[in-house]
Amino acid sequence: MLEVSQLGKTYGEGENATHAIGSISFGIEEKEFVCVVGPSGCGKTTLLKCMSGLLEPSTGSTALKGRTVDGPPPEMALVFQEYSRSLLPWMSVRGNVTLPLRHKKLGKGETARLVEEAVEAVGLAAFIDRYPWELSGGMQQRVAIARALAYQPEILLMDEPFASVDAQTRGDLEDLVLQVREQFGVTVLFVTHDIDESVYLADRIVVLTPSPTEVREVLTVDLPHPRDQVDTKELPEFARLRAHVYRLIKREQSGGEEDATTGGRAGGERADRDRVRG
Amino acid sequence: MRRHLAIALEIAVPIALFVIWGVWSASGDTFYFPPLTDILQKFQELWLFDRVGSDVLPSLQRLFLGYLIACAVAVAIGIPLGLNPLLRRATSPIVEFLRAIPPPALLPFAIVVLGVGNAGKVFLIAFVCVWPVLLNTIDGVTGIDPTLRETARSYGVSGRDRLLRIVLPAASPQIFAGMRTSLSLALILMVISEMVASTNGIGFFVLQSQRSFAIPEMWAGILLLGLLGYALNLIFLLVERRVLAWHRGARASALG
Repeated sequence: MLEVSQLGKTYGEGENATHAIGSISFGIEEKEFVCVVGPSGCGKTTLLKCMSGLLEPSTGSTALKGRTVDGPPPEMALVFQEYSRSLLPWMSVRGNVTLPLRHKKLGKGETARLVEEAVEAVGLAAFIDRYPWELSGGMQQRVAIARALAYQPEILLMDEPFASVDAQTRGDLEDLVLQVREQFGVTVLFVTHDIDESVYLADRIVVLTPSPTEVREVLTVDLPHPRDQVDTKELPEFARLRAHVYRLIKREQSGGEEDATTGGRAGGERADRDRVRG
Repeated sequence: MRRHLAIALEIAVPIALFVIWGVWSASGDTFYFPPLTDILQKFQELWLFDRVGSDVLPSLQRLFLGYLIACAVAVAIGIPLGLNPLLRRATSPIVEFLRAIPPPALLPFAIVVLGVGNAGKVFLIAFVCVWPVLLNTIDGVTGIDPTLRETARSYGVSGRDRLLRIVLPAASPQIFAGMRTSLSLALILMVISEMVASTNGIGFFVLQSQRSFAIPEMWAGILLLGLLGYALNLIFLLVERRVLAWHRGARASALG
């Protein structure tokens, strides 16, 4: 459904050029849940922006259902990490979820139905007329997810969506994403630095190398559905996969940097999290 | 309790100053500082409501007309300039030059071109009030969070919706800051424009009183201007509080 071929991104020119992404190729099947995981500062967000048409890749391309992406395609919805900056504080939850639908000209009734269905699906029906800043961080990210779902995308791109919420909320949100993915039958590309999260959520995991980023390995996750925060994580297969991904990333880090355990350049705090979790 | 004390002080201090002024000026032995009671008596005779129609209303009309034109023009020009870096670069020398002209220097020009009637005065007020709003609008628009821009782009929000539902509200706290600065400028320019080539208005009245040595009347006019400025600012803050309620809420929650 989505095909990334030899995508590369270089910032700057000549001597000062930074090769953020070397060359990345992978594909996503219809209704698949793919996690992209890599060490901190490896250009995951850059990759996602190139895939979504927000950034122009320096080399290679992304194709969605056979058409090359050269701007944000209407079949795609994005959920950003910075939920508080991606929601509009001057609009209620309803207003925020409705805004992207306005230009689709679906008619008042249909628009209202989609909005209410999406807000209901993320469990915020009681808060539909509140403003985002009246809600907690986890609830704000639910609003962002509702906005994406109401847009009726065929593919949902999520950029480290749960990186800035606490661990318990994160677990709830992970289950929510799995649930709405079933309910709305949507394909998901989920970028994360969290190894546990990627194994828990994914059908397939794309492991990246440090910058200039390439694909280290693609592995299939054969854990049973529906997943459960306790039961799934107790399975030996979960532990095996997690250890495998962890070694892949850790080996890449120690190969690429002097001091792997202190983490990456961009996200020291995130790297610390990985270390604690791994 | 502290809040009550603060409010009580806010009321008590001006009253105390008024009383001190009244006592100090009561003897009335300086010509230029007549007794406060005389001033207040004149104030009542003049502004409640004898000269409201002849002076206060024309003044307010000029003030609001000039101010509203300035705000509308500044926002209408500021948004495209804020959105387009190239346009901004191209126009910035002109903006900086026009902004640097001391406004009263334009008064002779306004009189010659637009005459001694309302048009020249409104033009002058508008010309001065346009800059704070324009510069703040440009600033507000260029300062829109990149995540917000990307959100709008990725969801295909464009044209009217993008302008009225994303760009304008996002810049509105800054726009309001500029409008508040301009409001006090509007009052100043209203007075200045009425002191030159005018036949009515509060500014005209104050100057006329001074020239005819009607000192209590002059003071009554000054008092009215002060009260007018105070009231305008108060009204502005009330409007801002309503329109930007989301901004106060969002900021309060961001600070924890």
